[in-house]
Amino acid sequence: MSETISAIVNGRAFDGEVEANELLLDFLRDRLGLIGVRQSCEVQVCGTCTVLVDGSPVSSCCFLACDVDGKVVETIEGLVGTPFHDEISEAFVRHAAVQCGFCTPGMLLTAKALMGTTDLASEAAVRHAMAGNLCRCTGYRSILDALMEVFDAHDPTRA
Amino acid sequence: MTRLSETPGRVGTAVGLSVERVDARDKLAGKAEFTGDLHPPFMLYGAVLRSPYAHALIEHLDVRGAQDIDGVVAVLTGDDLSDIDPYYGHALRDRPVVAIGKVRFVGEPVAVVAAVTQAIADAALAAIEVSYEPLEVAASVDAALAPGAPLIHEGAVRPGLAHGLGTLPEREGNICYSYGFSRGDTASAFDTAAVVVEGEYRFPAVYQYSMETHTTIAHHRGDDIVVWSSCQHPFLVRQEISELFGLALDRVEVIVPYLGGGFGSKSYTKMEPLTVAMSRKAGRPVRILNRVDESMVTTRRHNMKCRMRTAAGADGELVAREVEMWLDTGAYADNGPRVTATAGDAAPGPYRWRAMDVKAHCVYTTTSPSGSYRAFGSTHVQWIGESQVDEIARRLGLDRLEVRRANLLGRGEEVRPGAKGVDADLVGDIEKVAAAIDWGAPRGPNRGVGVSIGLLAAGAHPVSMATVRLGPDGGVTVLVGTTELGQGARTVMGQIAAEVLGLESSRVRVIGTDTAYTPYDRSTGASRSTTVAGKAVEEAALDVLDALLETAADVLEVDREQLTIGGGAVAGGGRTMSYEQLVQKRFGLAGGELIGHGRVQPRGGSGGFADGPVFWEICVAGAEVEVDTETGVVTVLRTSSVADVGRAINPQLIERQDEGGALQGIGNAMFEEMRFNDDGLLLNDTLLDYRIPSFEDVPASMACTIVENGDGPGPFGAKGCGEGVLAGLPAAIVNALADAGVAMTELPLTPERVWNQIQKQRTVEPKERT
Repeated sequence: MSETISAIVNGRAFDGEVEANELLLDFLRDRLGLIGVRQSCEVQVCGTCTVLVDGSPVSSCCFLACDVDGKVVETIEGLVGTPFHDEISEAFVRHAAVQCGFCTPGMLLTAKALMGTTDLASEAAVRHAMAGNLCRCTGYRSILDALMEVFDAHDPTRA
Repeated sequence: MTRLSETPGRVGTAVGLSVERVDARDKLAGKAEFTGDLHPPFMLYGAVLRSPYAHALIEHLDVRGAQDIDGVVAVLTGDDLSDIDPYYGHALRDRPVVAIGKVRFVGEPVAVVAAVTQAIADAALAAIEVSYEPLEVAASVDAALAPGAPLIHEGAVRPGLAHGLGTLPEREGNICYSYGFSRGDTASAFDTAAVVVEGEYRFPAVYQYSMETHTTIAHHRGDDIVVWSSCQHPFLVRQEISELFGLALDRVEVIVPYLGGGFGSKSYTKMEPLTVAMSRKAGRPVRILNRVDESMVTTRRHNMKCRMRTAAGADGELVAREVEMWLDTGAYADNGPRVTATAGDAAPGPYRWRAMDVKAHCVYTTTSPSGSYRAFGSTHVQWIGESQVDEIARRLGLDRLEVRRANLLGRGEEVRPGAKGVDADLVGDIEKVAAAIDWGAPRGPNRGVGVSIGLLAAGAHPVSMATVRLGPDGGVTVLVGTTELGQGARTVMGQIAAEVLGLESSRVRVIGTDTAYTPYDRSTGASRSTTVAGKAVEEAALDVLDALLETAADVLEVDREQLTIGGGAVAGGGRTMSYEQLVQKRFGLAGGELIGHGRVQPRGGSGGFADGPVFWEICVAGAEVEVDTETGVVTVLRTSSVADVGRAINPQLIERQDEGGALQGIGNAMFEEMRFNDDGLLLNDTLLDYRIPSFEDVPASMACTIVENGDGPGPFGAKGCGEGVLAGLPAAIVNALADAGVAMTELPLTPERVWNQIQKQRTVEPKERT
């Protein structure tokens, strides 16, 4: 069984059919070739398949493609070239916060969603907000340092 | 050949600098390709039917129902392998490519479906008819060694292609392999000792969890085989595939894209034989991409039972140690024998013993196979030995650091007969981790500190080749078989070549392995890449430099000794020529390239590789913890480690290695545990109930000190790193917790386990502590 959907993916319109049981993860990877969306745990724990739907982070492994009908989807491929991506990339490079890179796109997308939505002034708040994105390589310290740098630069209370 | 030290005018362009990772931008953009991102034309999707029984005979297997489904191209079973010798295993050739008549663990592949979509392949599994005759299960070391235990493997031991274990004895029961050594008179040492500490200890099964699961694409084309795989050791995979399918080595091509982590889980051969066999049957490329639950039963860290006792004199002199341990390798050996031997070697710890006796057994059980995981062997036993050293100090009223200072081996002292002596400053290292956690400072109730130190035989077998190519535009390409699995190998290899050639590292490109073009490299593991493969890259770059200087001396008409290099050019006699000009001069017009070769081997190669191990990786760490005595919750407040690297090629990457290793150490020590029930079923096979460290587990402070004594056999005096802290930190945490009042003999340190120990101590403590 298939359903017709209409969505904006990385700024481009998608109008077409998806299977009713098709996962957003498979739709983005296999149909649209967006390989920056990574598959790992498949149970909404690791965060490596994170994409933004209407600006909110979702685990695309546990989200149906038909449910993005009428919505805006953003993956790492859509983030590239934006001022936020430039800025956070510089911070990640400076802190060597990328190792195998499998978790990196999901980390960046969650960080994007957090910008301006949460009280990110304290590291404790950032740790809690980011706990749904796992990384097995870095030990998180460098990612935290990079994130705090970016969040601090955008913290209105520190202007 | 021009030696680096003799190269006049060399400037530091790359080595010692925390240059940007060469792969960072692609990874940040989501553009880096992993095996699962590739789609060779006409690729099929594989799905694996796995055994629900831990030990059973396959009574009946009928795949016709699956074969008849639209979109299914072929189904593989053990019957399809009758024309080959279908057993593999680099250590012991004990594992069938797919089950043949019998299954030995829950999750063992019984059949594979290849279909035009993953959904069709997955759905087709349900149409396979299979029935089993269950056999008695032995889901633990105790069960497998009990009298009358079911025999898990029949027939004679068959050595694998890369076992490195000497002569293998006949198999006895479910013992897969045994290792041991003995020195001095332990009996009398224990009889006359002032203090003896002893106990029985348990270490859990742990899942490496590289975020990218095992993924392989194979295309068996009849006369040759192409494999794309998330593998750490492509050349050993090539060797096993060649042997299994009866094709010459040069007809098997293994290509390795980026790996989404490895940590040992992708070492040796994993899903490749099954995928190649499926492709052989289907006649098209096939991909098998494991789910996490499938990767969890593909390989794991050995759980272990250990009995240890340590004797000391009244002055704190460590005199003797006796150890016997049993490592659960699951249904197939995988790297179990090596893990077992390494655990045995690590068991004494880096001290001057008068006598020691070590027995280490690798035991088959009907659970999923165990293999390599970062700092294997040392992680298993260091916390046990080091907790006994602490207990000796406590009983004698001595400072725990002081006892280590007095007993640690000095530089050059023998670790064990026939092995390289100590090649580091152990006392200096442990003092640094102690200082970083304010050793000796007063602290509040329920808080404690601990340190630990050990040696891990590193470098594996030192055989690596490399090629460095200098193109007609002055750009450099490095071909080296080390796998980039996140550790930064491509960046470091580029830095080494750049330094030798006096270039910025951005001028050097390091590409992934394709065994058809990349020179041989034994493996990516045992912290060997920088030291061994890096040395080959240095040699290859020096080879190119030699050709450059030869051409320059000729063209500039000056002696080589008067030439200097820098900025991609050679200067001499008042003139300067760029590498680009020199290559063109040498070959005429704008073609040609200079190709340098580098080679590292145990004998006849460069110095430092004749004695094993290549180097001793120092497993040293410190920790401060706090325990909530009402709940048993332990919090790791801070950690410290020393990366004793000889020479830091890229300091920032070394710190990242230690931070990542520290978090894995926290996971291994505090909560990670694969739980099998008595039927051999893995109870926590998803990340919902197998928890790994998250952002919320990062200690408030993690200090990593880099020590550079220039004492490594690698390029510029470097030696490897990145594993030691994983062995060192669980031991430091256990010692810190004992310092806070709770002495544990079983990992992980879950609140329940710690709370139970607190209750037990409250009952017995008054007697023991007087």
